[in-house]
Amino acid sequence: MSNPITSIKLVLLGEAAVGKSSIVLRFVSNDFSENKEPTIGAAFLTQRVNINNNTIKFEIWDTAGQERFASLAPMYYRNAQAALVVYDITKPQSFIKARHWVKELHEQASKDIIIALVGNKVDIIENDESERKVAREEGERLAEEEGLIFFETSAKTAENVNDVFLNIGEKIPLKNDNSSPNDTTITEDQRINLAASANATSEASSCSC
Amino acid sequence: MADETMDTDYDVIVLGTGITECILSGLLSVDGKKVLHIDKQDHYGGESASITLSQLYSKFKQNPISKDERESKFGKDRDWNVDLIPKFLMANGELTNILIHTDVTRYVDFKQVSGSYVFKQGKIYKVPANEYEAISSPLMGIFEKRRMKKFLEWISSYKEEELQTHLGLDLDKNTMDEVYYKFGLGNSTKEFIGHSMALWTNDDYLQQPARPSFERILLYCQSVARYGKSPYLYPLYGLGELPQGFARLSAIYGGTYMLDTPVEEVLYSENDETNGKFEGVKTKLGTFKAPLVIADPTYFPKKCKSTGQRVIRAICVLNHPVPNTSNADSLQIIIPQSQVDRKNDIYIAVVSDAHNVCSKGHYLAIISTIVETDKPHIELEPAFKLLGPIEEKFMGIAELFEPKEDGSKDNIFLSRSYDASSHFESMTDDVEDIYLRVTGHPLVLKKREDKEQQP
Ligand SMILES: Cc1cc2nc3c(=O)[nH]c(=O)nc-3n(C[C@H](O)[C@H](O)[C@H](O)COP(=O)(O)OP(=O)(O)OC[C@H]3O[C@@H](n4cnc5c(N)ncnc54)[C@H](O)[C@@H]3O)c2cc1C
Ligand SMILES: Nc1nc2c(ncn2[C@@H]2O[C@H](COP(=O)(O)OP(=O)(O)O)[C@@H](O)[C@H]2O)c(=O)[nH]1
Ligand SMILES: [Mg+2]
Repeated sequence: MSNPITSIKLVLLGEAAVGKSSIVLRFVSNDFSENKEPTIGAAFLTQRVNINNNTIKFEIWDTAGQERFASLAPMYYRNAQAALVVYDITKPQSFIKARHWVKELHEQASKDIIIALVGNKVDIIENDESERKVAREEGERLAEEEGLIFFETSAKTAENVNDVFLNIGEKIPLKNDNSSPNDTTITEDQRINLAASANATSEASSCSC
Repeated sequence: MADETMDTDYDVIVLGTGITECILSGLLSVDGKKVLHIDKQDHYGGESASITLSQLYSKFKQNPISKDERESKFGKDRDWNVDLIPKFLMANGELTNILIHTDVTRYVDFKQVSGSYVFKQGKIYKVPANEYEAISSPLMGIFEKRRMKKFLEWISSYKEEELQTHLGLDLDKNTMDEVYYKFGLGNSTKEFIGHSMALWTNDDYLQQPARPSFERILLYCQSVARYGKSPYLYPLYGLGELPQGFARLSAIYGGTYMLDTPVEEVLYSENDETNGKFEGVKTKLGTFKAPLVIADPTYFPKKCKSTGQRVIRAICVLNHPVPNTSNADSLQIIIPQSQVDRKNDIYIAVVSDAHNVCSKGHYLAIISTIVETDKPHIELEPAFKLLGPIEEKFMGIAELFEPKEDGSKDNIFLSRSYDASSHFESMTDDVEDIYLRVTGHPLVLKKREDKEQQP
């Protein structure tokens, strides 16, 4: 018997152009493109991974560019169970922004959210270490202080990209694991599924009053 | 922010992120239009935002209580998402329709509102949600119930093409009062149908053709039929989720968002604000051009006029459910005008921690009505009395504005202020009207291609 699938909402945060969408593209399609315009209409991707015989389905929300002018809506990271806070190791400003996002998540998101701090674009320093502007130790220190998963990645070469997601997956409480009830997930029972009943009643003109 | 890739030319600029503007941005972006959406404030929603208690205090009180006092009384600030403008969605209404067709339902969760109540002779009664409740309801006597049943059967079996279903009534010629007369309905039933089901805020509808009333009653019945307890839905985390959801839709389809960006100057052709056409806006992030603009009234005060109506709203924080409602976690109470010697009904919308809009054990009751006297706060007295002890109260009066012109001359398309109605139907009428004027064709909702979903 296979275990039930655990779905988790994962959001991406970080300054524009640090490589958030590229990391998702690498993870979901194992692809990379140098000057890719964001795909219109694609800001919600899913990817399944198997971890210790359990299937975890990542529902990945990209920012849809709303981070560019500080216009990300709070609803975006509401109820997220995992977050990737991404910075570019060649851009110090993006690390400052990452700190800001970690703080914001701790204040606004679910309290048991799993956060991974990700320093992206390590391929750039492979030939020229002087391009590095954020020391590995700085990232490690922030991760240590705030209790975050930490990786340096390259969406371009795929280095460590899968590992970030697998590491998050390992920390997610599984659906069949009763010992860790997740009090941030609202019980489904009373919620209305608008989309599901749309077809059923749109024609109905009967009145039950 | 230095951003060399920033575009300066758009198909549409939208100013203000209220629900009307955000729905339009979303729809136009899906249509393939290049949209730039700007808000002078640092959060989404404008007047249709949901805000925290601390924001409420600083907006409405001269001397807000201290942080410690606030937290000891009301808990964590982040648990609060208080609507400035209370409204519910009709389960079968146009906003629900738009949400489903645009898939914005993916971003927002809804719960049913537990009940709808009506005030009669000093007490509140549950508005029957189905025929069984109607039979046991103390609102009507036994003979009146039979007449009411006949009336509702007529509503639900009416078919435009089948003359015999009309029972000799012409919806465009007969007034609603004549329809009531035909079914022999008494005054108190008329009041109940007109105000609790058709949701008219006054009695003007009685002498008008019956069709709009017919359509409202049908919408009410279909909405109740959809989920059972009441015709209303409400989003978790408050109404402020709705503009955010539509803004995300727009962004996913390429819309560009800039919050916290005041408009420094509006550019007109010939530099002529009075007779020129809209050309663009100047902001701290640069100058942006578009052949047309959609905006809420606050961005073009000179191009708007007052409707003459003012709405008073009182946000009340309770630490107990509303008395005599079986501890309902959410409800609407309608106080019909005739019950309290007024011209306009008073509405109370109640939501609670079940909707993630306040901290545990609290309830939010928002009272609203159209101002009729020079002592508007006294007009709300009958509503306050129904709520029991009130922990905290925030009161505000909003003047309602509407555009002076339709935008055909200057390419400036303005929305209307959010009115006193208890639901979103007039707002979606405004959306559809602006959409038609902007695009030249009526809005046709089609299911959006599922581009987001991966196998
Ligand atoms: C529940 C609520 C809903 C709102 N809805 C809208 C809306 O739909 N559209 C919109 O544009 N703005 C709305 N607002 C915003 C609000 O009406 C004003 O923009 C804001 O209060 C500042 O307006 P003002 O300075 O012109 O003063 P006013 O609103 O005229 O009044 C200033 C203050 O005086 C007090 N006050 C005024 N008259 C009375 C009275 N009769 N009794 C008791 N206190 C009184 C109120 O506490 C208010 O805070 C709403 C505010 C609230 C509280
Ligand atoms: N060299 C290198 N470039 C990258 C990497 N990841 C992303 N990029 C490039 O950085 C730019 C911005 O990437 P994007 O994914 O759009 O960033 P986002 O705005 O954070 O989503 C694009 O030109 C990418 O090709 C990486 O790991 N290495
Ligand atoms: Mg991106």
